[in-house]
Amino acid sequence: MTVLETPAWRPRTDAAPLMPDPEPFRLLGTPEAAGLDPALLRRAYGELVRGRRYNRQATALTRQGRLAVYPSSTGQEACQVAAALALGPRDWLFPSYRDTLAVVARGVDPVEALTLLRGDWHCGYDPKLTRTAPLSTPLSTQLPHAVGLAHAARISGDDVVALAMTGDGGTSEGDFHEALNFAAVWHAPVVFLVQNNGFAISVPLGKQSAAPSLAHKAVGYGMPGRLVDGNDVAAVHRVLTEAVERARGGAGPTLVEAVTYRMDAHTNADDATRYRDEEEVAAWRGHDPVDLLERELAGRGLLDAELRRRAADAAEAFAADLRERMSAPVEPDPAELFAHVYAEPTPQLRRQEAQLRAELAAEREQEHH
Amino acid sequence: MAQALNQALRDAMAADERVHVMGEDVGTLGGVFRITDGLAREFGDTRCTDTPLAEAGILGAAVGMAMYGLRPVVEMQFDAFAYPAFEQLVSHVARMRNRTRGAVPLPVTIRVPYGGGIGGVEHHSDSSEAYYLHTPGLHVVTPATVADAYGLLRAAIASDDPVVFLEPKRLYWSKAEWSAREPEPVPPIGRALVRRAGRSATLVSYGPSVPVCLEAAEAARDEGWDLGVVDLRGLVPFDEETVADAVRATGRAVVVHESSGFGGAGAEIAARITERCFHHLQAPVLRVAGFDIPYPPPMLERHHLPGVDRVLDAVARLQWEEG
Ligand SMILES: Cc1ncc(C[n+]2csc(CCOP(=O)(O)OP(=O)(O)O)c2C)c(N)n1
Repeated sequence: MTVLETPAWRPRTDAAPLMPDPEPFRLLGTPEAAGLDPALLRRAYGELVRGRRYNRQATALTRQGRLAVYPSSTGQEACQVAAALALGPRDWLFPSYRDTLAVVARGVDPVEALTLLRGDWHCGYDPKLTRTAPLSTPLSTQLPHAVGLAHAARISGDDVVALAMTGDGGTSEGDFHEALNFAAVWHAPVVFLVQNNGFAISVPLGKQSAAPSLAHKAVGYGMPGRLVDGNDVAAVHRVLTEAVERARGGAGPTLVEAVTYRMDAHTNADDATRYRDEEEVAAWRGHDPVDLLERELAGRGLLDAELRRRAADAAEAFAADLRERMSAPVEPDPAELFAHVYAEPTPQLRRQEAQLRAELAAEREQEHH
Repeated sequence: MAQALNQALRDAMAADERVHVMGEDVGTLGGVFRITDGLAREFGDTRCTDTPLAEAGILGAAVGMAMYGLRPVVEMQFDAFAYPAFEQLVSHVARMRNRTRGAVPLPVTIRVPYGGGIGGVEHHSDSSEAYYLHTPGLHVVTPATVADAYGLLRAAIASDDPVVFLEPKRLYWSKAEWSAREPEPVPPIGRALVRRAGRSATLVSYGPSVPVCLEAAEAARDEGWDLGVVDLRGLVPFDEETVADAVRATGRAVVVHESSGFGGAGAEIAARITERCFHHLQAPVLRVAGFDIPYPPPMLERHHLPGVDRVLDAVARLQWEEG
C-alpha cells in the first residue's frame, strides 16, 4: 500500500491556488447560470421548497411540545440541500445539531432524523446504513471523526468521501483546527463545510474570528479554501461537488465557507431580538435561497404553475406526514436505558435494571388499586 | 437562584475591578441562563466579554489573565461543554500553584451549570462533579439554596484558588425569601450546614439533591422517622467534622446524589463516614445515586434521578429494627 507515502515536505512557493476568492462564488443570476442543468435546478427547487416547509413544521412541533428543541435552518436551506445532493450514496455525512435538513435531504426518515431533538438518547437512524453520523451536539467534535473515517476508507482502497458540517462559531473550537490539520497532512478525502450564518447563538462573527474570511483558515493548513454564497443553491452545489470530486480523486481536503444567514432565532428557546436588529434580517430576506432559485427558473422559463404546485403539494404532504407521525406518543421502555451501555451489561447494571423494573411494577400495582 | 447569582457577580465586579466575567454569549445575551444579564451593559464588554466559542481557549486565557493579576470568572455554557476545557483544568489550572511553589496562584472561578431535571437534550444534563473532585488543586462548590448561591459565589470569587462552581440548573428558577439588598455575610468555602437536625438517620447531600432530601425528611415523619439533612455546599474541601457529628448523632447515614453512583462522590463520602464513625454506626452507610448509564432522555430522566421514594427505601434498608 503506497497511499500513505508522504512526499518530502517542501515549503509551498505559491499559496495562490489555495487562496479563496475575496467574493463569494455565485451562479444564480449570472450569465454562467445559463449552462446549469435544468433537471438539477428542478430537483433542487423541490428540495428547497420541502426544506422550508420542514423547518416550519419542525418549529411548530416545538410549540406543541412534540420536539424538545429545534435549531431551525430557515434561510440556510440551500447549504443543507446542496450538501446532501453533492454526496454519493456511499459517501458519509457528519452533521452538527443544526443539520437535520441535510440529513433528511440525504434520505433519512425525518422522524428518525429528529429523534435526538425530540429529547431521546439515541440518534434514531443507523449511521452505517444511512452513511450519516449522529448529529453532534458538542461543536466541531465530529470533524476529527470525519477525517478518521475518510482516512480509513482511503487506506482501504475505498473511494468514499466524508463531508463534515459546522458553524462559524464552531471554527473557533480546537477540534476544528486539529481536524483540518490531520486532514491536510493525511490528504484525507474530506470536505469541511462551514455554514457562516453570522452568529453563534448571540455572538457575531466579528467576535469569533479576525481572519479575512473563514475560508482563509484553510490556507495555513495547506488545503484550498473556497468562499461561496450560501443562499445560492447552484453555487454551493457546484463548489461542494468539485470539492467532493477533488477528494475522491486523491487530492485531499477542502474547506468551504458558505456565507448565509440564520433567519430564525438560534433555537425556539432563544430570543434573537436581544442581539440583532430587524434591518439586518430584512436585508437578508431580500436574498432568500428559495426566491433566488425561483427567479432563475422563471427567467429561463422553467418555473411553470405545474412545477410550483407539484413542489408545494409534495412539501405539504411531507409536512402532514411528519406532523401525524410526530404526534404519536413515544413511550420508551425505561429498562432499555441499561441495554446499550455496554455490549454485555455489567452485573452492576443488571442489578440496577432489576431495581427499576421492580419500582415500575410497584408503581403499576399502586395504579391498579 | 438565577437572580442571586447575577447579583453576586454584579457585586463582585463592583467591589473589585480585577473581576472579569467571560464566556460564550455572556455579553449581549446575558448568558443562555441569563446569569450574566446586564453585566456587559453596566461594566462594559472588556469586563464582561463574549469570547470565541472555545472552552479550552476560554479557560486557557483565564489562566493567563489570572497570572497577570486579574480574577477571571468564566462561564461554561453547560456541564458537558466544559469537557473540551479539561486539559487546561487538569494540566494547568489545578496545579499552577503547586508547580510554582505558591508563586502563581490562580484565582479563577469556573461556573458550570450542571445536572438534570430540566428536560434537556443530550449533553445538557451531566453531573460532572466527580471529575473535578478527583483533581487536587481545585475547590468544588455547589449551592442548594438561593442565599448560598449568592454567598458561595462571592466566596468563590474571593478565593485565591481555582473554584469549580457548580450551579444546579434545576434550582435556577427556585425562589426564596432573599433580599438582594441585604445579602448574608459571605460563608467560608468548605463549611457544611445541618439543614435539619434528626435522630433516626442522617441524609448527606449537596446541590440539587438537597431539596430532595429535605422533602424526604418531611415525608419520613409519617413513618415515624426523624431524619437529619446535611448540605455539604461543596465537595472540596470536605467538611468531615460537621458530617461526622451529624452521623454520630443518628448512627445511620444515606448519601444522596444524582450523578452515577459508581466511583462517584458518594463513594468517597461513605468511606469517610465509615472511617470517622465506625463505632457509632448501626448500619452500613448507603448510597442513593443515579444509575451508571449515560444521562437518559427527558422522558426517562425521572427514573434516573434519585427521588424521595428511593431515599426513603434506603432509609428503610438501614436495618431499622434495633438489635
Ligand atoms: C463544545 C460546545 N460548546 C458550547 C455549546 C453550546 N452551543 C450550542 S450551539 C452554539 C452556537 C453555535 O454557533 P455556530 O457554530 O455558529 O453554529 P450555528 O448555531 O450558527 O449553526 C453554542 C455555543 C456546544 N453545543 N458545544
